[in-house]
Amino acid sequence: MRARPLSPHMSIYRMTRYCLITSFANRITGGVLSVGLLVFVYWLTALARGARAYARAQEVLGSDLAKLVYVAVIAAFAYHLAAGVRHLIWDTGRGLEKAQSQRSAWLVIAVALVLAVLVLWWALRAREGA
Amino acid sequence: MNLQTPLGKVRGLGSAGNGVHHWWVQRLTAVALVPLAVWLLVSLVTLPSLDFVTLVSWIGGTWTACLLTLFVLTASWHSSLGVQVILEDYVHDEGVKTVSLVLSGFIHAVLAALGVFAVLRIAFGSPL
Repeated sequence: MRARPLSPHMSIYRMTRYCLITSFANRITGGVLSVGLLVFVYWLTALARGARAYARAQEVLGSDLAKLVYVAVIAAFAYHLAAGVRHLIWDTGRGLEKAQSQRSAWLVIAVALVLAVLVLWWALRAREGA
Repeated sequence: MNLQTPLGKVRGLGSAGNGVHHWWVQRLTAVALVPLAVWLLVSLVTLPSLDFVTLVSWIGGTWTACLLTLFVLTASWHSSLGVQVILEDYVHDEGVKTVSLVLSGFIHAVLAALGVFAVLRIAFGSPL
């Protein structure tokens, strides 16, 4: 069978397009959050196995790499939340005009940035030394 | 002789309402995850500390245990649907695609089971 062209054709899109960037970023951040879910379940199971297991898991969960994952997950969550709400609004048939979606793309990026910075700052202040 | 137009034929044969199932569940889980994920994040930041005793007594609360169970199930489901779409779109080799879809589905099912079991085990009080 002849290979047929499949969507999405990553190579033919212009990467500077706001629409592509916001959509692609939603997938990337979703992927980061999937990794976050993996870590979260590991954390839960460590807790469920008792104090000693939890203390052992701290070596992994308290490492610098893990801290990087927490920061990435918080930033990804901020973006995925904003972009997800945009999708839910689109699903009602609203905001689909070109100018509107262009405006909401910038709005999503701005909201995500502000949210990420605020939550990171808040979490860092609350968890200082932890 | 069949006098149906092609459009009528398609309409008659087509939709059993299942075409939008994936889309619908993705949206449903997305809507549920907004309050659940925000609650979880706020809880984890505002808890007085993240040591073992504090966490276990927090998770042991009725509401926390229920909401955490819901979160684990909903997040696993939503993640499973999302990863499925990504794999379907970007993995072009049919064999690799099938294997990775099966693996992703299994891993998400295991995550959901582990997460729910862990929450229940803590809530029913076997650790410590």
